[in-house]
Amino acid sequence: MEILVCMSVVPDTTTKITFSDNNKTFNKTGVQYIINPYCELALSKAIELSEKHNANVTVIHVGGNQNDPIIRKALAMGAHQAIRVDAEPKDGQFVAREIAEYAKTKSFDLILSGRESIDFNSGMVGNLVAAYLDLEHANVVTELDVDDNNLICIRDIDGGREKLAIKMPASASAQKDLIEPKIPNMRGIMQARTKPLHVIAPSVAENVGNIQNYELPKGKQEVKLFDTDEVANLIDVLKNDKKLF
Amino acid sequence: MSILVFAESQNNKFKKSTFEAISYAKDLATLLDLECIVTCPAETENLEILSQYGADKIITHQSDELRIFTPTRYAEMIYKTAAAHTCKHVIISQTYAGKAIAPIVAAKLNYAIVTGIIDFPTQEEELVVTKTVFSNKAYAKVHLPKENLVMTIVPNSYELKQQKGQGSIVNHTFTSSSHVLTKSIEIMKSKGKVPLTEAEIVVSAGRGLKGAENWSMIEELADLLGAATACSKPVSDMEWRPHSEHVGQTGITIKPDLYIAIGISGAIQHLAGVGSSKNIVVINTDKEAPFFKAADYGIVGDAFEVVPKMIEALKNSQS
Ligand SMILES: Cc1cc2nc3c(=O)[nH]c(=O)nc-3n(C[C@H](O)[C@H](O)[C@H](O)COP(=O)(O)OP(=O)(O)OC[C@H]3O[C@@H](n4cnc5c(N)ncnc54)[C@H](O)[C@@H]3O)c2cc1C
Ligand SMILES: Nc1ncnc2c1ncn2[C@@H]1O[C@H](COP(=O)(O)O)[C@@H](O)[C@H]1O
Repeated sequence: MEILVCMSVVPDTTTKITFSDNNKTFNKTGVQYIINPYCELALSKAIELSEKHNANVTVIHVGGNQNDPIIRKALAMGAHQAIRVDAEPKDGQFVAREIAEYAKTKSFDLILSGRESIDFNSGMVGNLVAAYLDLEHANVVTELDVDDNNLICIRDIDGGREKLAIKMPASASAQKDLIEPKIPNMRGIMQARTKPLHVIAPSVAENVGNIQNYELPKGKQEVKLFDTDEVANLIDVLKNDKKLF
Repeated sequence: MSILVFAESQNNKFKKSTFEAISYAKDLATLLDLECIVTCPAETENLEILSQYGADKIITHQSDELRIFTPTRYAEMIYKTAAAHTCKHVIISQTYAGKAIAPIVAAKLNYAIVTGIIDFPTQEEELVVTKTVFSNKAYAKVHLPKENLVMTIVPNSYELKQQKGQGSIVNHTFTSSSHVLTKSIEIMKSKGKVPLTEAEIVVSAGRGLKGAENWSMIEELADLLGAATACSKPVSDMEWRPHSEHVGQTGITIKPDLYIAIGISGAIQHLAGVGSSKNIVVINTDKEAPFFKAADYGIVGDAFEVVPKMIEALKNSQS
């Protein structure tokens, strides 16, 4: 079985977000970059499947060479090889087209991605890759296994969860709870140095961003405090002034 | 030319987020001088209500294939309708279903897609909308292409607007041109009375509650308010509450009208999921808790004293 994992690289979750150049550019100085947490789950799941079903795991990332050390981390976790499409991605459709173009040249049984990247929160790349390849895609999966050419998974739906089976080749994107993220061990880290990391040129797609500038949330007004014996007043404000219920 | 909106329903009833999406589409249609078309499977009850929110035309699709929600089938219904009626804009609410469908529609129509939209476009030389980025820690202003565009709108971002309209209803039969390879095995409904992602009021509690056994007062408060319940990450990690209630950067993102946070410190990762709630009430023993900086109203006090008082005050105000 061949598994492809789409991986994005994002600022660490504790990063203080600031912008420069008239709020047009995200300030990368001093920012620690990590594997996108949802991709970490997808990757950990792929590695678990590879141990269980003897699969081969390829990681693909669309990005610049500054991310190579982070791709090595994915290899240290247990991926067998990595592909980097050498381009600074500006939009999700570009990324998805590049991944789909690569995937067309191979035959993957399963394509895994994260539910969203925590930087731009687009939540589209995994779905788009599947659509470009005419595969069925399960969004936001919290459980996943492979059984007899079927992908069996549980996904979040509005108001609950759904268990479903998809004939492979198929695609899915990871939601929290899918698996405990794997932590690379010393042996993995040593092996990662010699695992193949192929750099390929972008093939076709147009890469144009549409972001004009950024804004930070406006500071809230000072909180209005109520004393513990004024609880009824608070309820009154919420109910009668703000009409919230 | 027209704008197309997908009308999503649950248990055969349209969702509030659907009415928001139609209100949005109708206003955009008016701005761009287009017709507002709404599409959905034929089974749904009360189709007329769609015109009250601005549907000029309602195109329903009769098909057994649409009885169970499958993203590829629903997407096909939408992109075929868009193609048949030259809809250069497609608007979809950003629910779980919407997130699954919208990229497929964009890929098949070869349209651009902008997700996470939280406001109506401002008009400069181009249309510009706001989208959340960095998990609600910032916003981006995004240029919209003039046409050939799929937009997903975050629920609870746009006012409902009632219109006088009398939209015509046209019924089509739908047959999928492909085999669907997805089989739904089981649907497990979540236990809460109000689904968290759709709730207008959310009562949430954290580690300050000390143990799973103390949640009955949280549930009682939520019941009185018709609210959904949520929790912080450690609470679901310790299995005091189910994972489906975990909100924050690694959990669910919500934007209710009212978020009541009880015994939650307000860590940056927690705020990432709830910080854009319209009104935030914080109850915490520690007046230095970071959550107070993100709150509109607060009580510095012990949850075990304050929550029962809230319950009592609510009961008094309702009787
Ligand atoms: C990568 C990463 C992702 C994360 N993602 C999330 C996420 O998605 N969601 C999330 O919630 N967290 C997340 N976290 C964890 C987050 O950093 C905090 O640790 C967590 O939110 C704290 O939960 P808490 O506020 O319930 O607990 P605590 O921080 O322990 O706070 C408990 C609060 O209760 C107050 N308190 C104590 N007793 C009482 C009482 N009797 N009455 C009233 N108040 C009382 C205390 O003063 C304190 O402020 C993440 C962390 C990391 C590193
Ligand atoms: N630059 C990228 N390279 C590879 N995969 C990506 C990239 N960006 C996004 N993805 C994948 O798509 C998922 C959703 O990302 P997004 O659509 O950016 O929110 C991520 O979790 C990744 O699996």
